[in-house]
Amino acid sequence: MTLSTEQVKKIAYLARLGIDEKDVDTYARDLSNILDLMTQMSETNTDEVQPMAHPMDKKQRLRADAVLEISQRESFQSIAPQVDSGLYLVPKVLD
Amino acid sequence: MHNKTITELSKALREREFSSVELTQSYLDRIKKHNALNSFITINEEMALEGAKVADTILANTNTNLLTGIPIAQKDIFCTQGVKTSCGSKMLDNFISPYNATVVENFNNAGAVMLGKLNMDEFAMGSSNETSFYGSVQNPWNTNCVPGGSSGGSASAVAARLTPAATGTDTGGSIRQPASFCGITGLKPTYGRVSRYGMIAFASSLDQAGPMTRSAEDAALLLQTMSGFDTKDSTSLDIPVPSYSASLNNNLEGLKIGLPKEFFSEGLNNDVAQTIESAINEYRKMGAEIKEVSLPHMKLSIPVYYIIAPAECSANLSRFDGVRFGYRCSEPKDLNDLYIRSRGEAFGDEVKRRILMGTYALSAGYYDAYYIKAQKVRRLISEDFKQAFAEVDVLMGPVSPSPTFGLGEKTADPIEMYLADIYTIAVNLAGLPAISIPAGFADEKPVGLQIISNYFTESHLLNIAHKFQQTTHWHQLSPKGFE
Repeated sequence: MTLSTEQVKKIAYLARLGIDEKDVDTYARDLSNILDLMTQMSETNTDEVQPMAHPMDKKQRLRADAVLEISQRESFQSIAPQVDSGLYLVPKVLD
Repeated sequence: MHNKTITELSKALREREFSSVELTQSYLDRIKKHNALNSFITINEEMALEGAKVADTILANTNTNLLTGIPIAQKDIFCTQGVKTSCGSKMLDNFISPYNATVVENFNNAGAVMLGKLNMDEFAMGSSNETSFYGSVQNPWNTNCVPGGSSGGSASAVAARLTPAATGTDTGGSIRQPASFCGITGLKPTYGRVSRYGMIAFASSLDQAGPMTRSAEDAALLLQTMSGFDTKDSTSLDIPVPSYSASLNNNLEGLKIGLPKEFFSEGLNNDVAQTIESAINEYRKMGAEIKEVSLPHMKLSIPVYYIIAPAECSANLSRFDGVRFGYRCSEPKDLNDLYIRSRGEAFGDEVKRRILMGTYALSAGYYDAYYIKAQKVRRLISEDFKQAFAEVDVLMGPVSPSPTFGLGEKTADPIEMYLADIYTIAVNLAGLPAISIPAGFADEKPVGLQIISNYFTESHLLNIAHKFQQTTHWHQLSPKGFE
């Protein structure tokens, strides 16, 4: 399995991950090598096997829909890159 | 005092041989003296001494926890309120956590003193501690060699006696492999035993925190403090915590040990193989029965792990977007540019490789072929262990095919590094507990024996490890220059 440099760029965009143009070939090569390892899996028949998401097949525990946390907005916003009037600031999304 | 076990230190504190402030200061001095190891990212001098002072007043009273006044160090993956929590990444270089991880909170409640935060591979992705934004860490046994990873700073610091004990996390071997490389004891508990709340997530279905210490006896004390049900972690399991110290000396007569033949096949270094064989012989002398077993799907654990872990990492690391905390690029021209450049500028090479791999495996058209297929084979790997534990009590084998290697020696080819995780990652995929204990040396480099047991039988693992440490001296040896 070989990934093209175009595919690598597409995946990087899906992940919103900046990668240097000069590194694209290396990522394409590394990812292709990793995908080669994956072909080992296809030799094993798993038609009757259920996918395993939790080591002990436990279900996600749910809790009552009640407020447990106190608001810590100020403390959380004190470490944010840019805030104003209790809001997180990002570049303009709508014109 | 830095060669004493935690039990000895605790006794000395109670008997006023020295105070927690004196003990803490002596470790802080050692950390500074050996800073070339680069095992710490943050040294917490002021807060540590303040904490020690408080501990000393508590120690003046009766009935204190055994860890009261004992210095420990946290892997920098655990959120520590008011203290930088970097996870080894430029992304969080400016992140002062607004809250404590449950593990940290548990140590605070026990009165332990935090010396600082330990170096690690970036976001715990790596097997040599060379992916850290803060530079690589030296192995005190040979300072030209890696300490292993991702909990490399923890292993290096404990081996060099810069802290009596440390925490680590293990997603694919990140406690056991550095413990093996640095000649210390490292325990990865059952998935769900220790709360993951406030432990920065890498692969949520695999991550588990555990103790890294100089002996099984000390590991029992730390695990006691770390374990327990936590409503703040939806994957924490509500299962009673036994007294880990109580069963340390149980007799091992009739213990059934399985040796998975896949652990002793091609690729295993000869000197490591011999060291492991003589360690197993020690158990034979104690009356254990040894038999060969098989984990036929184990070789598939590499491809399965390198699908599941990157897939979960790509989802978990999407939270680092430059909006609410962490690194933000300068002058983003729009929102997409803010995401792309913040992440591109702040994540290192290995983290990017895994995000790309995971994003690909989860993308439309490939999800079934990779992620679901990997989840299915994961079950087969887990079933292999179930069958093995129907025949034997525990499994033993090496932690890593070779001992520590030179800094920079394996950074060129990521796959080569991945393949060396072969003996550790199946345990994470199955969610089982396992321990690495010092078993001897290969080419003057420490070698760890891995012991794997059934779910929630950490006390048995610690018992088996402790008995070995009662008849061998490997765990007591100090690296030259760090005595």
